[in-house]
Amino acid sequence: MNRRDSIRSLFLGSMAGGLALESCVTEPKQALEQKIWDYQYGRTPQEKAYDEKLLNQQFFTTSELDKIRRLGNLILPPNEAGSIEEAGVPEFIEFMAKDFPSIQTQMRGGLMWLDSHTYKTFGKNFIDCSEDEQHQVLDLIAFPDPEAKEQKQEVRFFSLVRNLVMTGYFTSEAGIKELGYQGNQPNVWDGVPEEVLKDHGMSYDESWMPKFVDQSKRNDMAAWDEEGNLIS
Amino acid sequence: MQIIENKKQYDVVIVGSGAGGGMATKILADQGLKVAVVEAGPFFDPANPDQQTQLKWPYESPRRGAGTTRAFGEFDMAYGGWNIEGEPYNQIGETQFDWFRSRMLGGRTNHWGRISLRFGPRDFKGKDRDGLGDNWPIGYEDLKPYYDKVDKLIGVFGSKENMYNEPDGYFLPAPKPRLHELYYKKGAEKSGVKVMPSRLSILTKRINNERGICFYCSQCSRSCSVYGDFSAGSCLIFPAQKSGGQVDLYVNSMVREVEVNGEGKATGVLYINKEDRKEYRVTGKVVVLAASACSTARILLNSKSAQHPNGLGNSSDLVGKYLHDSTGSDRMAFVPELMNRKRYNEDGVGGMHLYSPWWLDNKNLDFPRGYHIEVWGGLGMPSYGSGFNPNDLNKYLGLKVGGYGNQLREDVKKFYGSVMGMSGRGESIARKENYCEIDPTTVDEFGIPVLRFNYSWSDYERKQARHMHNTFEEIIENMGGIVLGEKPGADRDYGLLNPGRIIHEVGTTRMGSDPKKSVVNEFEQLHDVNNVFIVDAGPFVSQADKNPTWTILALSWRTSEYIIQELKKQNI
Repeated sequence: MNRRDSIRSLFLGSMAGGLALESCVTEPKQALEQKIWDYQYGRTPQEKAYDEKLLNQQFFTTSELDKIRRLGNLILPPNEAGSIEEAGVPEFIEFMAKDFPSIQTQMRGGLMWLDSHTYKTFGKNFIDCSEDEQHQVLDLIAFPDPEAKEQKQEVRFFSLVRNLVMTGYFTSEAGIKELGYQGNQPNVWDGVPEEVLKDHGMSYDESWMPKFVDQSKRNDMAAWDEEGNLIS
Repeated sequence: MQIIENKKQYDVVIVGSGAGGGMATKILADQGLKVAVVEAGPFFDPANPDQQTQLKWPYESPRRGAGTTRAFGEFDMAYGGWNIEGEPYNQIGETQFDWFRSRMLGGRTNHWGRISLRFGPRDFKGKDRDGLGDNWPIGYEDLKPYYDKVDKLIGVFGSKENMYNEPDGYFLPAPKPRLHELYYKKGAEKSGVKVMPSRLSILTKRINNERGICFYCSQCSRSCSVYGDFSAGSCLIFPAQKSGGQVDLYVNSMVREVEVNGEGKATGVLYINKEDRKEYRVTGKVVVLAASACSTARILLNSKSAQHPNGLGNSSDLVGKYLHDSTGSDRMAFVPELMNRKRYNEDGVGGMHLYSPWWLDNKNLDFPRGYHIEVWGGLGMPSYGSGFNPNDLNKYLGLKVGGYGNQLREDVKKFYGSVMGMSGRGESIARKENYCEIDPTTVDEFGIPVLRFNYSWSDYERKQARHMHNTFEEIIENMGGIVLGEKPGADRDYGLLNPGRIIHEVGTTRMGSDPKKSVVNEFEQLHDVNNVFIVDAGPFVSQADKNPTWTILALSWRTSEYIIQELKKQNI
């Protein structure tokens, strides 16, 4: 390719990219601006402005997001506990690609690789493959060798997507419920439940018991004798 | 640049609002002095709903808690981090010093681990024991009354243990250990490693009517909205204001230098208001620096005048020298017995419920100073990263790693709460060759020359880190656990983290009785200028195998009383 051709193809490439980006912003701008208000958690004004900027940009194209959604559903198929869609996983991955720009090339390249692989193997794009064909692809890339020094790019790509899908799900409301996490609420800790201690063959040392909080007296004002012994 | 004058004349101008500055504010304002607190970051109150991150869920954020905007995750309450845009610092040679700054009212006390340990009698006299470093000019007996007062004012839970170098105090009762902590206890005690309840400044019992009691959400790193943990704003500065103290807060105000008069005495400070980027002057009879060890050194070194050509308080040429941080190295363990755990709310307080103080005598070891062990794990709240490598641990069970499909849900649930970790935090030897200094080539966005660091570890620290890993492995084995990760070898300094990483940097303006060998006296008063005091961790002669905050608070209280006394005597 001579220089003129390469300039032309670069130009076309960027044009096409620009058009694709325009068309893939499916949500009206107003809705995107609204998104920032869905998130209220004590950010500084600078952090809020940064998040607003990211939320108003679009990195993945519609077809890339379709592929991410498909991959996510293969990694964690919906069941009675929850789905990746309910967990907001595709939106989360879109956001993280802008928040961690270092993953952009690996994500975009990996998604491209998927199509070129399925085109060679099945004569169609990944998204158009049957579930069985898609499983065949995943069987090739979903099992890193724990002993190997380095993993192939397609294996690394899939591990990245799997990590994002898993963490996106298990940090969602449904995922946290499924995991069984019971905290993040005011409560009174009085030690590991007795039956759990028993299951693990553990117990609290008798000699330690006087050191622990008597939760029935937590509201009594602390007072000490001159030796520093708590007397309230 | 035109300097905007402030007509108000203060008794004391305090630079920085963390542990040291907060305590000085409280003690000095309670005595009726007019106090200006100049803080580089914004106003912060953990009870302000607009700033509160406590009790937020990961899904309330688009990045689910990831650490893009804040180093320890976006819900962590430190505005700043290892790198702050517009406020660079540089390294000399091979140095990799990581400098953590938190720009906000209360500084790093809003997110710290609340580990509140007194230095013991031995910690003030290291040189007497092994000939290394220097002794402090004061001993435990000098600080004991102040530690006692700090315990009662702020609150710390713990237990009386009658250990010589782990002095007891006025403790609130300790919370019962979590399950993985009981595993640790079993494993550690089998190896003769002492285990005892932690000592954290968290209110497990009512201490006054202004502060709430801990409600066990485990989120002290987000700063407590009911003031159930110690942060300098909520426990020192706000109470000083509420009890009628004359405290003016200057926030978003970056101090450039301390100004002096013709006699070389301090008259106040110059600062840049970050909002209008103009330079202001605030004056006072006394200047108290509490900007953090390195920031205070930077201010002193940038305060050059005809009277103090080498920087303020720097006739000894020691400002910035003897910089040292705690050593640190960590290891993780997988405990198969903790797989498929029964679920219950195990949040507890923010941080560990038990730990190991230093339990050996260094006379019998190939390194001079000790370390303590912190423990972490449990059924914690998921955050960004939870679910990564969902079944890597399968390799220890002879099962397949990787894959896809709903088996992954089961894997994540199976392993939840089965990984725990240990962190060794030890004493390093203070050396003159480890220092920060002004880098004449670089300024920050406010035009203030920045710091550059020179730091290396020695074999004293490397051998200590090696001992940490040997200990971790033995304990993990005793627990029936599997050690994760390769044992770090000599090529990786036995796993020593970069200096600065433990965020216990101290020593840059060390105290002593000889003005040639130290920057401040035992009352943290500059040898060269009697109306300038330093109440952050700069005056530490040595950073013990403890956390520095309780000692910063006790020293700041002692210094503040000295300031009041000297003002009354009209000595300053």
